[in-house]
Amino acid sequence: MSTNTTRFLRGAWSIAWRQLHTMITKPALFLPSLIFPLFFFAAFAGGLSAVDRAPGFDYPNYTTFQYVFVLMQSAVFGGVFTGFAVAADFEFGFARRMMLATRNHWTLIAGYATTALVRALMVWAVVTVVALATGAEILGSFGDMAELLVIAILLNFAAVLFACGLAMRFRTLQAAPLIQLPAFLLIMTAPVYVPRDLIQGWVATVADGNPMTAVLEAGRNLIIGAPAETLLALGVVVGLITVMFVWSRGGLRSAEAAG
Amino acid sequence: MNQVAHLAQRSITRTLRQPILFVPSLIFPLFLLAVNASGLDAATSLPGFPTDSYLTFAIGLTFMQGALFAMMGAGQSIAGDIQHGFFSRLQLTPLRGSSLIAGQLAGVTLQGLIQAVTYAAIALAFGAHLEAGPLGILVLFVLSAFVGLAFGSIGLAVGLRTGNGEAVQGVFPLMFVFLFLSSAALPRDLIQADWFQTAATINPVSYLIEGFRSLFVTGWDGEALALAFGVAAAVFVLGMAAASAALRTRMERT
Repeated sequence: MSTNTTRFLRGAWSIAWRQLHTMITKPALFLPSLIFPLFFFAAFAGGLSAVDRAPGFDYPNYTTFQYVFVLMQSAVFGGVFTGFAVAADFEFGFARRMMLATRNHWTLIAGYATTALVRALMVWAVVTVVALATGAEILGSFGDMAELLVIAILLNFAAVLFACGLAMRFRTLQAAPLIQLPAFLLIMTAPVYVPRDLIQGWVATVADGNPMTAVLEAGRNLIIGAPAETLLALGVVVGLITVMFVWSRGGLRSAEAAG
Repeated sequence: MNQVAHLAQRSITRTLRQPILFVPSLIFPLFLLAVNASGLDAATSLPGFPTDSYLTFAIGLTFMQGALFAMMGAGQSIAGDIQHGFFSRLQLTPLRGSSLIAGQLAGVTLQGLIQAVTYAAIALAFGAHLEAGPLGILVLFVLSAFVGLAFGSIGLAVGLRTGNGEAVQGVFPLMFVFLFLSSAALPRDLIQADWFQTAATINPVSYLIEGFRSLFVTGWDGEALALAFGVAAAVFVLGMAAASAALRTRMERT
């Protein structure tokens, strides 16, 4: 491994380790990203389970249906919450010092992306245990579940690139609502409560063009072992990553220019 | 009364001058209403669902969300006054504690009314049906202002107790739990999960939402309205007691 690669990995790991250490020593910073998905799962899977009796609802298990939504939602919000940490690190000077200490500033994004992934994996583990304990069913094969996990991981990466791009442009925690809002809009205008063909009105139109729709539909089919458009979902998340890569590069340049 | 009037005027002026404080309270609940009305329209075909319009059904949640925003507004305002020293300066005057609380709540009541008018106008314009008719609108506005006042007093108590805007913000997720573990999305008798049905039955927020909803869906439902006004009154009494206690502690401390 070349010296540059070693330096890059070491720098990224030091940022990730610092964030993970903060998560452990200050649980108040980590708990919201764990509690919110659990809460949404409880509210939707518990409160709305009767929706599976609506005519045309052909998915076999409403808890499983909502589990996939919460899985993808926590993938996105894992990135969003990490964006808050990026903004705080810039506001309080740590990220600026790291930029002075590292030659390749992508180290920072790699470090934050590692944090986001670990954060998401921890949330997914808890949500999965709770979902299985409350009636969610995994009928797909090991391969199906691996595909679902890959989609979720890539989505998490796209979200952290988006959040880094914004946080590095504004470099203040006051940008938190700006980071949160687009993610919230993207998620809530997808087929959250019912399959796409049962949605009425303007959300139906928006859902047709919403990239989250392909992700959710593929995930919901994979988990029950039904034929899924996995390639479409993968294409969508890779497309999102490409766009967000350009976006985060702009953010990084903005932070570099600000010094 | 003069003291209350001056503080009420300040509270109202501040509410109107800082749209950033109340515009989100108009936009977010309406956005969620729009999403839910489209996304959950299929629920209206469930046997026993009380209306064929999910928009009409879901509007109750919107009014409750507005009350929560009013709560945050009241808490943030008093916490801001404490953090910026206005509260300390007030203590140098012969102002009575009760006047301070009453004055602060005037802005919250106004915010509750603005929200109620906006929510009702937009929901009706987009096809919601108000079964209770024109007189129902009046009751709707009164209930909305009263619920806003009740939750505003809770916000005031938190703001006075902590004196910190961030701490007030921290209460919001907790209140969100009350909002979603209620009969907001489906009527209680249609909730299948037993634990959720129990939670929704225990949760006082369910009765507030059902009170708002009854005017749109049922018409004049005395029981639902009595429960809603009763719960709002109980929250108001608790909130005022907590706010008064917090005010006494803070005045001793300052």
